[in-house]
Parts: sequence; C-alpha cells; structure tokens
Amino acid sequence: MKGPIFLYVFIMWLMILGGGGLLVVTIAPISIQGLGKYDEFLDSGIKAIIAVFLVVLWIFIMSKIKNWIFHKQIRN
Amino acid sequence: MLDKIIAAIVVSVIAFVTVYVITPILIKTLEKRKLVVKDYNRVGGAMVARPGGPSILAGIMISELVLYAFFSSIDVLAIILTTFLAFLVGLADDRKVLGGWFKPLALAATAIPIILLGAHGSHLDFPLFGSVNIPELYLALIVIMIPITGNTINSIDVLNGVASGFMTIASFALTISLFIVHHYDIAMASLPLGFVSLAFYKYHKFPSRIFPGDSGALTLGAMYGTIAIVGHVEIIAAVALLPAVINSFLFLSSVKRIVEHRQLKSSPVEHTEDFKLKATEHKDAPVTLVRLIVANRPMTEKEVGFAIFKLALFSAALAIITAFMTGVKI
Repeated sequence: MKGPIFLYVFIMWLMILGGGGLLVVTIAPISIQGLGKYDEFLDSGIKAIIAVFLVVLWIFIMSKIKNWIFHKQIRN
Repeated sequence: MLDKIIAAIVVSVIAFVTVYVITPILIKTLEKRKLVVKDYNRVGGAMVARPGGPSILAGIMISELVLYAFFSSIDVLAIILTTFLAFLVGLADDRKVLGGWFKPLALAATAIPIILLGAHGSHLDFPLFGSVNIPELYLALIVIMIPITGNTINSIDVLNGVASGFMTIASFALTISLFIVHHYDIAMASLPLGFVSLAFYKYHKFPSRIFPGDSGALTLGAMYGTIAIVGHVEIIAAVALLPAVINSFLFLSSVKRIVEHRQLKSSPVEHTEDFKLKATEHKDAPVTLVRLIVANRPMTEKEVGFAIFKLALFSAALAIITAFMTGVKI
C-alpha cells in the first residue's frame, strides 16, 4: 500500500510546483488600471479571488486524484 | 562566520541536552500526579505520562533565548513568542478538552507577534518561476499558516514516536533547505527544533514512556510554521510536511468538518488478535494515512511508524530538491 502513497506525495509536490508557476507567470503580472485611487485595491482583490479559486480547484483535483489512487481502499 | 558556527553548536547541544535531561524528571512528576493516559495500541493498555509539552518547550526556550542573547534577532524573538503562545494553547487543550474550532482560532492569534515584530516578508518564493509580491495577502497567509502547521503535526501524533520522529526529519530537512537558500541565521534558529524533537523521540518512540500531548505537538508545529515564515521558505516547508498534510487532507475530506479525533464514533484502525493494526471495516470511519498504510495487511505499531518515517524522508528529499530549485529561474 505504500507505493500509491509515495505516488500521491509526488503528485502533490508536482501540483505545488505547477500551481506556483501558474501564479507567478499568469496571475502576478495582471494589472488593473483606470480606476484611479482604487487601482491597487482592485488589483489585490482580484488576484486574491483568483488565488482562492485556484486553491479550491487544487483541493478538488487532489480529492479526485486521491479517489483514483486509493479507490480500492476507500471503497473497502 | 566562526561565531555563527559556535552559536549553532551551542544551541543544538543545549536544545538536545535540556530535553534529554528534563523529560525523565517530567515523566516521574506526571506519573506521581497521575497525569497518565491509556495507550490503546499496547497489549494490556499501558498507562503513559502526558503531556510532554513542558520539556519540549524548555528545550526550545532555553536554546532560542541563548541564540537571542548572541544575536538579538527580531526573527528569533518572533519564534520564541509564537512558540510559547502555541504551547499555552496546547496546554489549555491538554487540561480541558476544547472544541474543534478552538485550536485553529487560538493558534491564529499566536501568529500576532510575527506581524507586530515585522518578522516577515511580503513575497512568496516559488521554485523555478521566481516570486510573487503579495503584501496584504501575506498577512492572511501568516495567520493561516500557524494553525495549519500546528494542527497538522497534532493530527499525525497518533502512534508511539510518530510526531517527534516525523518532526525530527522534517525540521532537519528545513534546516538544510535554509542553508541552501543562504538564510543562515534562520537555519541556526531552526536547529533547536530538530534536536529537541530528536531528544524527545528517545522517550516517545515505541514503547512510549511519554506522549507530547497537544502542548507538545502544537509547540513543535507552531515553531515549524514560524521558521517557515521568518525564513521565507513557506513552500519548501509545506513540501517537507506533505505526508502529514495528506493525513489531514484525507481526514478532512472523509469527515467533511473540523472535528477532534476523540469526538469520532469509529476509529480508522482496529486491532487483530495478535495486536497488530488493521484497517477498519466501518463505513463511517475517517480515511487517514495510517488506515491506508495498513490497508493491504495488518502491521505492528512500530512497522507503521517506520512506514511514516520513510514517507517523511521521501518528502524531506523533495523539500531539499525544491530548495535547490528555488534559486533557479526558467
């Protein structure tokens, strides 16, 4: 049973690396302009919402992978 | 540089010796006051002293205060204060069983010294891709991180020696990673965590003579989280903790609410006739790391512990690889 757990740890690690890359490369450079003094506030808010959405998405994906890897044990 | 090497050796020795010497005295004191709990996984259900938090705290406090006397670092002060507050939260939970939400909220409050002292950055360093500057979000991350690391270590404290052994491996991986990313001062401050855990493991390993209790587990977890924040190695720290994170994730995704282990109706594992651990057949029992480890065949408590340590070593290796990758940008 230990093999699948090692695989799950490894997939989680890859997802952390991939998630970080997505944040740095695509989300961080987003810049909101045109609302004057509210630019910075809106910019941070939107990035925060996207980050929270990504975390929820990652948890959903990890849950699906968990069911896929451990389906026999969980079903039992 | 020589003064830092001397300081690192001194605090490591102090941390190890303090816990190594104090813990047997604490065991006798706890047994005399009848502060013992039943070890359900042992044949005959031996009574084991609890909590070991005071000796863990003593080792951390004395060594970190010596380090503070050497260098007067704000980061070390933040580690001392947050760790001490987390110990108080754990001690309150050891004395009186508190609700499932109490610990996360109280642990969030223990992060206040890090913010007030300004012992944190405002960016997250990701391996291969660089960093993101998130000044406002980072404050929220600090408040979330301490409850996560505290409760994660607490949730893996289910078998003899697992919490202290796991923490030894994870914290030394964190120390090595801090050296790799050239954060030498915080690497020094992280050394006591590994040596305290190692010394405590001597008495916590199977068959345990003492359990860390919530005060011990939360102290170790909160200190780990604080080091990750002040050392700017949050991602690396998370990777080193992955087996424990998976344990919490499996538990939460099967129970679907924040709940204390003792509030569960069904245990994830049962005993065979020869007192090995086997996965339960109860449908409503939570899925945990231990349950998955023993899913194929029953194992002794010692075997399960070593299986968890192998996973810890694997994630420690991944954490060190991550540290090397942090300096690289594609």
